[in-house]
Amino acid sequence: MNCTPTGCPSCQPAAVAPASVASPGLAPSSATPADPGRREFVWDAIRTFSFGALTLTALPILVAEADADDDPKAAAPPADPSATVGAAKRKRTVLFGYLVDTTKCIGCGGCMLACKNENAVPDDQFRTWVERYVYYKDGRVEVDTCTSGNFSFDQKPALDPKVVDKAFFVPKLCNHCVETPCIQVCPVGASLMTKDGVVLIDHERCIGCAYCVQACPFGTRFINHKTNTADKCTWCYHRVAKGEKPACVEVCPTGTRIFGDINDPDSDISKVLAVHRIDVLKSYLGTRPKTRYIGLTSEVV
Amino acid sequence: MHGHPIEFMFPNDHGSIAWTLMIVLYPYITGLVAGAFVVAALYHVFGKKELAPVARFALAASFSFCAFATMPLLLHLHQPQRAFNIMFTPNFTSAMAGFGFIYSFYLTLLGVEILLVFRDDIVARANRRGVEGWLYKVLALGVTNQTPGSRALDHKWISALSVIGIPAACVLHGYVGFIFGGIKANPWWSTALMPVIFLCSAIVSGVAMLILLYVIASKFRRVQVDDECLRSMMRTLWLFLILAVALEELELLNMAYESGAQWAMLSRLIHEKLHFSFTWLQLILGSVVPFFLLLIGMRRGLHPGVRIGLGTVSGLLVLIQVMSMRWNVVIGGQLLSKSFRGFNNYLPEFGGREGLGVAVLVFCLPFVLMFALGKILPLWKTDAADGH
Ligand code: SF4
Ligand code: SF4
Repeated sequence: MNCTPTGCPSCQPAAVAPASVASPGLAPSSATPADPGRREFVWDAIRTFSFGALTLTALPILVAEADADDDPKAAAPPADPSATVGAAKRKRTVLFGYLVDTTKCIGCGGCMLACKNENAVPDDQFRTWVERYVYYKDGRVEVDTCTSGNFSFDQKPALDPKVVDKAFFVPKLCNHCVETPCIQVCPVGASLMTKDGVVLIDHERCIGCAYCVQACPFGTRFINHKTNTADKCTWCYHRVAKGEKPACVEVCPTGTRIFGDINDPDSDISKVLAVHRIDVLKSYLGTRPKTRYIGLTSEVV
Repeated sequence: MHGHPIEFMFPNDHGSIAWTLMIVLYPYITGLVAGAFVVAALYHVFGKKELAPVARFALAASFSFCAFATMPLLLHLHQPQRAFNIMFTPNFTSAMAGFGFIYSFYLTLLGVEILLVFRDDIVARANRRGVEGWLYKVLALGVTNQTPGSRALDHKWISALSVIGIPAACVLHGYVGFIFGGIKANPWWSTALMPVIFLCSAIVSGVAMLILLYVIASKFRRVQVDDECLRSMMRTLWLFLILAVALEELELLNMAYESGAQWAMLSRLIHEKLHFSFTWLQLILGSVVPFFLLLIGMRRGLHPGVRIGLGTVSGLLVLIQVMSMRWNVVIGGQLLSKSFRGFNNYLPEFGGREGLGVAVLVFCLPFVLMFALGKILPLWKTDAADGH
């Protein structure tokens, strides 16, 4: 049929039809005499069903529309660092970013310790950790972490250069993704993104369903044993909101961890992003991490 | 050329998994809801007259399972007192947010349909004295006079609810599958087939459960098992079992054939971690054996006693199949660390909120409700007067 949405009279009944979709063939006019109580009951049921059906179909659309505006995602630059400078020129708002230069990390574990102290993270759970990748001459690649003591790899036996080709450290933390699966799946909206691009959890709202723990591809989320709510790195939002650096960045002795406003071309992070080849973790999943890396290899996931 | 890194788990994956036994139980119970409803619908909508002996009971069973489907979820939530936030402040980009609405809709639908199906009996008892009379008056929604016209209207409604109930059951359970299928972080879950697989296995489990309950209840009621009815259920079970298992295996075959980046670890998951629960329970004992038992048991002219035996055993095996399938999906998917380099371990503890003891208790509750419903409503009546 070839007619405009509004102009064709023959289309119009069809346009109103969906309102009655939830109750096909149930019009009370076709009912044989029934007493008033029964009829009311029937109508109540119709109302319940129609409401349910309408809510299920209409709300997701409304919510998606509401989400579209005023979204830090819109301002988030792509992983390609050359684009960040251009984005910064627009100088919309602050947009935080994080960079890990793995070539500088010495595995001292200071960041892990600082994070534990700053955020009262339970002993066996981690908002950040450091992985070590060891490439042996026989072709093996081994990965490990140091999650006890002072978290320093010094506590482990030294590697033997006769059997090892190369080794390096990779600090991990929440990627504060642009397309966050964790926010997407949270059924109550307890996971959220601030205007400056930080992914946070509202511990007053979180129901502890752990769906976000499943959805985060990077293993950064956990259900905190103490609070019984979801937990993860906040880039120390309580500090950065006051203009301070995250605790891990503050203590890192080698400058491995860099934090700042990527919308500001003069920030430390923007300057490094502008000149280095940058990578992100599991880019194939399309979550567009805002924690970026220098010096990854294909073994790092 | 460097080989694959070995055994490394992200530190937060160590030693614990986020979704435990209760989340295995939850899709199991919702599956039984959907499956039992399908049997009732086969009778009410598709005119499978031979299912008359179990049609009413199927509805009551579906309702009873539905009534307790949220229990495992509440037991699993770390902040159960906030559970209703899922309906008060739903975030509709979450697959989980629809749960409250879909579930309430379905429970209401089942409740209304039961009231209508049993309306004759309820009205007939509404003039009894005392508390009993009151109970039936409430169930009759206060309206106790019936005319041929009102009966006809009831029947229209029953058919309509059954018709609406079929897609609703599909949504209810397909949606449960989607909760897993939509998680791209997990290669063991992330597949578009997941909702369909869950739906088919739901139907399978519901039919199997009904066969079992029908046989057991008949023994207790000292009535004969209706041979045609049992045969029809076994045929339905056989067909859906083939469909469910074919989909489950196709999914796996596809993964193996593509041999994507994660296949090496997934194949280790199947062969090492899930060897018993997948290969032995889900595949051999739960699928292959009942396939043949049902094939024999469906034959026309078989001795009714033999049919009952074969039906009962296959029903039981299929229930084990579906339970292990839920386990393999829910637990299996979490055993593989997100590092894709190492495996977790999980064995349910006995005590505790999410332990085996509570799980068994929760699973018993629907049967208690069924028993109670059986005390107030004639669940096994197959009256010709209901117009079918
Ligand atoms: S790393 Fe995980 S928790 Fe952090 S924003 Fe991305 S998906 Fe969410
Ligand atoms: S655990 Fe909390 S933050 Fe995570 S999805 Fe559930 S409600 Fe949302």
